[in-house]
Amino acid sequence: MRKAYSGFMRALSEGKFVFTGEVEPKKTTKLETIIWAANVLKSHVVACNVTDNPRARAYLSSLVASYVIQKEVGLETICHMTVRDRNRLALMSDLLGASALGIRNVLVISGDHTTSGDNPGAMPVYDLDSTQFVQMVRGMVDNGIDLNGNPIDGEVRLHVGVVGNPNADPLEVEICKVERKINAGAEFIQTQIVFDVEMAKRFLKDLNSSIPVLIGIFPCKSYRVAEFIANKIPAISVPKEYVDGLRGVECLSNASESKNKIDAVNVDYFSNFIKELKKTTKVAGIHIMTMGYESIVGKIADGLRNETRKGN
Amino acid sequence: MIITKSKPKEAVLRSLEDITKVFIVGCGTCATLCQTGGEEQVEEMSKFLRERSVGKVVVETPCDIRVLKRDLSPHLGTIESADAILALCCGSGAQAISEFTGKIVVPGLDTLFVGETERIGRFYERCRACGDCIIHETGGICPIVRCAKGLLNGPCGGMANGKCEAGGHTRDCAWVLIYTRLKEQGLVERFKEIRTVRDRSKRAEPQELKTR
Repeated sequence: MRKAYSGFMRALSEGKFVFTGEVEPKKTTKLETIIWAANVLKSHVVACNVTDNPRARAYLSSLVASYVIQKEVGLETICHMTVRDRNRLALMSDLLGASALGIRNVLVISGDHTTSGDNPGAMPVYDLDSTQFVQMVRGMVDNGIDLNGNPIDGEVRLHVGVVGNPNADPLEVEICKVERKINAGAEFIQTQIVFDVEMAKRFLKDLNSSIPVLIGIFPCKSYRVAEFIANKIPAISVPKEYVDGLRGVECLSNASESKNKIDAVNVDYFSNFIKELKKTTKVAGIHIMTMGYESIVGKIADGLRNETRKGN
Repeated sequence: MIITKSKPKEAVLRSLEDITKVFIVGCGTCATLCQTGGEEQVEEMSKFLRERSVGKVVVETPCDIRVLKRDLSPHLGTIESADAILALCCGSGAQAISEFTGKIVVPGLDTLFVGETERIGRFYERCRACGDCIIHETGGICPIVRCAKGLLNGPCGGMANGKCEAGGHTRDCAWVLIYTRLKEQGLVERFKEIRTVRDRSKRAEPQELKTR
């Protein structure tokens, strides 16, 4: 077992069931929104992910946002690093910077292709892929050397995580890919969003991971969002009962009552989802992505924490 | 084969602004097969440029400086009198023409890729000329060119139903093709191996090959 440099990894190594949240910096120079979102998440999650140019859009730096959240809010971060926008020199440089600034967790992501983003003429870099990024971090952390064997002055204190996709079809190819990343030295896995608990169970069973896996969920703040994912995002299966549940409550004329009922649908659906995973799998925690619906995180996470305490 | 595509006629005309006499050079090899720089296309371009076209020839392989010299020699007088040469061949051929004649060379084609021909008009990129071929590890399928991200340890999270996210899930994911092929060959263990970082210095400078 490697030494834990972060609260997140410590909690995982102690076998605690953890929740992580997510903050998405936008195309802005204002920090208020990410600070606000991190403050909403703070008391409900062990750490929050900070996205790096998601959907190939040029947004405020994940490294800067991670530092600001840790400093201003006191919430530990899991800093995303995509291999799409930077070559190995820039990535190593950012990893050294992250470690120096007290960021202790990074999540490597291939990154959506540049052509799908808001600057489609950009050059897609992909000098490294995510597996090679993990190897690079291992060299830096374990051996104090950069990718080409050059010595680093000072200790690099970082944990590296990777992504898995339980929705992938064919799943066997995805499993082999994730196993490669584990063999390269990844320390944790956070998955793409899953709505269908059976898909999450199959992924966890087939992977039989030797490192902790956090299943990603995405409570939808409206029926329209759920419908969009169900119809427009390829290969994410959204059970009809969930979409219907949201549809049933959204048409209420009272906005505040509608919101409460949407919250209730999400708390009910995802609490059952999580309880089922805890009961039947080795899932280490849940990663809750929200995109502007941060208020739901506490309602889901705290509800389950209370549940566990009562059970104990 | 080097796959080329004709530039739009308007773009060619824009590049030939201020030029009154043009000599057209086609390619008897790749651009002929692509139907972008063969006898027919050279003739068609000559007719399009009308009196501005002062001469034309299809060189067997314009990228081979020896053949270029041989095939252009009978036309050197006309070429000398022209203001520019319109090259209906790949970028390599166009530069050889520029180097040999010293004339202004205007490209009439865009060079797209090193490709495979299914039939005339259907070409697929199959080689990025990366200088470090590994297709024996990947079921005879090149991930550098066929994976939109050039990943060596794919697939990425953008694969859905065996299709690639780039281009909107219409093309096959190269890494699913690789997995399937290796499985058919009884070599699935090769898929699971970690392929380490590439040495990009091999492509960091203009390439030369001098064996003698």
